[in-house]
Amino acid sequence: MTTDGKQVRVGVDIGGTFTDIAMEIGSDLHSTKLLTDYSYPENAIVKGIETVCEAAGVPLSAIDLVIHGTTLATNALIERRGARTALITTKGFRDVIEMRTESRFEQYDLNIVLPAPLVSRDDRFVLDERIGPDGAVLKPLDDAEVDALCDRIIAKGFESVAIGLIHSYLNDSHERRVRDRLLAKAPGMAVSISAEVSPQMREFQRFNTVCANAFVKPLIASYLNRLVSRLKDAGTDCPVFMIHSGGGIISVESAIEFPVRLLESGPAGGAIFAADVATSYGIDQVVSYDMGGTTAKICLIEGQVPKTSKTFEVARTWRFKKGSGMPISIPVIEMVEIGAGGGSIASVDNMRQIRVGPHSAGSEPGPACYGRGGDQPTVTDADLLLGRLDPDAFAGGKMKLDRAASEAALTRELSDRLGIDSTTAAFGIGEMVDENMSNAARMHAVENGKELGDFTMIAFGGAAPLHASRLCEKLAIDTLLIPQGAGVGSAIGFLRAPFGFESVRSAYSRLSAFDADAINATIRDLAAEATGFARRGTPDGALDLECTAYMRYVGQGWEVPVPIEVRDYAQADGKGFRALFDDCYERFFGRVIEGLDVEIVSWSLRASSRVPTPIKVSRTERQRAAPVAGTRKLFDAAQNRFNDAHVVERHVMQPGDWVAGPAVITERETSTIVTASRDAILQADGCLLIAAKA
Amino acid sequence: MSSTTLSDVHKQIMWNRLISVVEEQAVTLIRTAFSTSVRESGDLSAGVFNRAGLMIAQAVTGTPGHVNAMAEAVGHFINDIGRDNIFEGDVYITNDPWKGTGHLHDFTVVSPSFRDGALVGFFACTAHVVDVGGRGFGPDANEVYEEGIFVPIMKFATRGTVNQDLVNILRNNVREAHQVVGDVYSLAACNEIGHRRLMDMMDEFVLCDLEGLADFIFKRSYDATIEAIAALPRGQYDNVMRVDGYAEPIDIAVHLDVHADHIICDFAGTSPPSPKGINCPLIYSAAYACYALKCSVAPEIPNNHYSLLPFKVKAPEDCILNVKRPAPVSVRHVLGHLVPDAVLGAVHKMLPGQVPAEGAGALWNLHVSCRPLRGVKDGQRAEVLLFNSGGAGARPTLDGLSATAFPSGVHSMSIEATEHVGPVIFWRKELRDGSGGAGEFRGGLGQVVEIAPTAGHEIYFNAMFDRVAYPPRGREGGEDGAPGVVRLDDGTVLAAKGRQHVPEGRRLVLELPGGGGYGPASARGAEADARDRAFEYVLND
Repeated sequence: MTTDGKQVRVGVDIGGTFTDIAMEIGSDLHSTKLLTDYSYPENAIVKGIETVCEAAGVPLSAIDLVIHGTTLATNALIERRGARTALITTKGFRDVIEMRTESRFEQYDLNIVLPAPLVSRDDRFVLDERIGPDGAVLKPLDDAEVDALCDRIIAKGFESVAIGLIHSYLNDSHERRVRDRLLAKAPGMAVSISAEVSPQMREFQRFNTVCANAFVKPLIASYLNRLVSRLKDAGTDCPVFMIHSGGGIISVESAIEFPVRLLESGPAGGAIFAADVATSYGIDQVVSYDMGGTTAKICLIEGQVPKTSKTFEVARTWRFKKGSGMPISIPVIEMVEIGAGGGSIASVDNMRQIRVGPHSAGSEPGPACYGRGGDQPTVTDADLLLGRLDPDAFAGGKMKLDRAASEAALTRELSDRLGIDSTTAAFGIGEMVDENMSNAARMHAVENGKELGDFTMIAFGGAAPLHASRLCEKLAIDTLLIPQGAGVGSAIGFLRAPFGFESVRSAYSRLSAFDADAINATIRDLAAEATGFARRGTPDGALDLECTAYMRYVGQGWEVPVPIEVRDYAQADGKGFRALFDDCYERFFGRVIEGLDVEIVSWSLRASSRVPTPIKVSRTERQRAAPVAGTRKLFDAAQNRFNDAHVVERHVMQPGDWVAGPAVITERETSTIVTASRDAILQADGCLLIAAKA
Repeated sequence: MSSTTLSDVHKQIMWNRLISVVEEQAVTLIRTAFSTSVRESGDLSAGVFNRAGLMIAQAVTGTPGHVNAMAEAVGHFINDIGRDNIFEGDVYITNDPWKGTGHLHDFTVVSPSFRDGALVGFFACTAHVVDVGGRGFGPDANEVYEEGIFVPIMKFATRGTVNQDLVNILRNNVREAHQVVGDVYSLAACNEIGHRRLMDMMDEFVLCDLEGLADFIFKRSYDATIEAIAALPRGQYDNVMRVDGYAEPIDIAVHLDVHADHIICDFAGTSPPSPKGINCPLIYSAAYACYALKCSVAPEIPNNHYSLLPFKVKAPEDCILNVKRPAPVSVRHVLGHLVPDAVLGAVHKMLPGQVPAEGAGALWNLHVSCRPLRGVKDGQRAEVLLFNSGGAGARPTLDGLSATAFPSGVHSMSIEATEHVGPVIFWRKELRDGSGGAGEFRGGLGQVVEIAPTAGHEIYFNAMFDRVAYPPRGREGGEDGAPGVVRLDDGTVLAAKGRQHVPEGRRLVLELPGGGGYGPASARGAEADARDRAFEYVLND
């Protein structure tokens, strides 16, 4: 274990296209990217780890820790590849997951198709029981009815069973009893209960979440067990941990029990990566921007902590539109994801407007310029025509981009239809995709009561450095950081994550009837649960507890998250809660409303280990002009013209080297565009700092 | 590259941005609103207008029922306030059903937007507030005077100073005064957000006014709409649809006259006004007529003054879809929500094989007043509002959507959350087996809702339900959807409209209508049929 006394830690991120490996030995980083193996994802992992070990000159046995994140669970939900699952629910509520919110996600389309429920109607069974809104039993559970139902379910050959009963987040006794009786008859059955998977009020979200957990559970269990033994066989002798949606690390055993917590764990790694950079620089308000081939993801990071949410939507079926997917209520790093990537396809709509995305040419057939059979104009084709990409130096020169093919695609699909030249068409594509991303970022900020103008942007992912400067212009953001290793940002982020777990619970109370005992009990329960999970990864060492109460004025529908100190409260503390809420509400919406009672709707509590504080980096100011390797024609969208831009190779830049925009800074995996309104300075830690010209 | 073409691409980008600006305005409103129907069902709208008061862009978030009303509102404000009486920092307000969105519960707030001292345009937004006094939300008033406070178009703020007299009057005329006044301030604040974003945008794109951009948007939208209309078969198409009404049935008659560059939708022949509050001001009927036409003719063109202009809606003065003051209009949504199906019936004659069969249409909104029984201590009084949707009509190539709102854009509320609001228990809320009209494509299923007061309580509810006597009709040989049923669990049949009582120990049972089928049931595929049986969507015999 360890090498030269330095810890050897490996982060592994399985994405839709690539499997990224990042190995850190002390502060040295070795990374690689492999194509994802869909049938046996563990093969690419082992191969990748062997590759980085060879490059670093260490044996596999020297690895101390593997931290893994995967889109496997997300993909299983999108593709509906999961276990044959039954749902047991309360009589009268068989169709909750099918009726959804009784709404259409698109108002003007008469032919929309709603996503089918994860568990179809013939696989949903009911029990004549009922818990009331105060947690009291309104109708007791009948054991004979339960046993008869268990027999039916076993006879039908289900592989996994979800149990979701009304108000179980207040009283889980019925759900537990059904599980116990089912397991007594079928000891090996995979059973998930909603009171454990997602103890939050709102039946559609909770039932769907427990169904999703049950649906992917056998698949994830078999994969993780295979992975652990493959890594052992390959010669590692170290624990494997998983990154979860909320950005913490949990044990493989916890992940097998609650696989729904693995959803969106890759993007969570990216947010942690950005938060780590923010911490190094001591920046309090950050928007992270990750753009790949298919989508762009945007996350707010304040006080070096990515913003979290208690619910999100996965597997959207229609243009990433809200409401076209399924809700999952678990703690998650909150992001907006839109169909805007390098492969996003441009077209002309019936108002003769240029539209970009959400369809992507992906890597196969890819943008027209890849010459792999793609003939639709994409964002990458536009970037090439605008001088943002060098046709001869793409992917470290391994791949030559075909400018003529880009031009032909844009001309055929856009120029000819709109009567504009191909440069104007390329400008239109670039601006439209940048508008789509900046509008999504602005909307996300407004939903959180923030103004992006005060934020710093941290950009990573293959396509982000090409677009980030322009995005900053549109969002009036002055400072942009593009870290090193941005191509495998999520995998590096895994290595920066704490051991930790966030527990959530709906527990309703009004401040006018403040009950300190009840609140103390809720906080204690949450702390015990979250700490228990965190301790499976880090048996000793300090844990930080952060508690949030979700509060609102009585009568409102949205809650404001209010940080609450973890301690015992006394009856007199009700006033303090009110003051905390007023403060938060005013920061969100600009003013408080007098004369209204305030209610607490739910709670969350996060327990996390302390991660080593990243080395502080102070901002390096410009010292000398960076060596210029050449010039290139580069289109500047704000100035609306081509400029002669300096080309600088990132790997020869020294800290303090700077270049004035318009400029292109090239590296193996991508290029960073510095627009005419900005300057770039290389920082001590290898980050590029791109700031608005004074 | 030529500067004209480049500026066109620039204008496209600015058009996109403008839609994003009003979207931010709408989202801000949803986040701060008290009214359940705003936050859960998007019963709001937001838009930006040019100097003349013509709508340039409208938020996608919002309800179809506000579309035309929003577009015309600012014109009324400019008229009534007076052009030379408009100052920076002003905020205007009204809930006039005939100049706003059809009933007193909707407040519309308009703010002029100034840049460097010059008027560049207006922001407007509308939201449904919790209460307006009067009889409360229900159909039982005989005149609009009984339905609550009426605020004619006036200044809510003059040069930044709020009219405290108005606030005081409002506060003393509504239930839940804090929430209502809070919502009015929210409306003003969300216009302010729109204004700030617009100023940022004008800085970025170096604009000193919106007129050139507005002209571009108007021309593109108008041309695209006209192009879609020109492709339609010209002619005249009629339809009549009979629905329950309040005391007697109502015919909605639609006459479409399709010209090369516009469509006239005339409601001549429609039944006369009702003595109760299910009447619609024309502006509201027009919004839902336009919605149906836009869905079937030009769904992708964003709403603005010129994209709506080619759709002209009229109705005779003595008709329930064009009532005049002082007719009661409180629950005008019941009839308004049925208008699209009536219009689509005429569209079907013009474009066979493209539009759905009739569906449940109007939401089955359930507004429950919970009261403790006499002598019960610690009882709870509460008002509980719940949206329920029946089945939508089958489409020409797809089954209808089950328990899904159309044309309204509502979201239903969580039962668990609702049970925390008041002393009621829902014993059932699930699909209603066998309620979809049979057909090659089956109508969407309705749903069954069973609700009871908790021990020691009784409930009253305002029924506003339709499609009980006249169920949604199938199309092209498809069968009708099941009619709605309103009853108690002991079998007592209740009325579909008006205030009624549910005693302790009884359950109110609502069986919502299913959608009509499309095409003959004999043509339904064996696989679809087997699935319907396995899933018990149809009653197995």
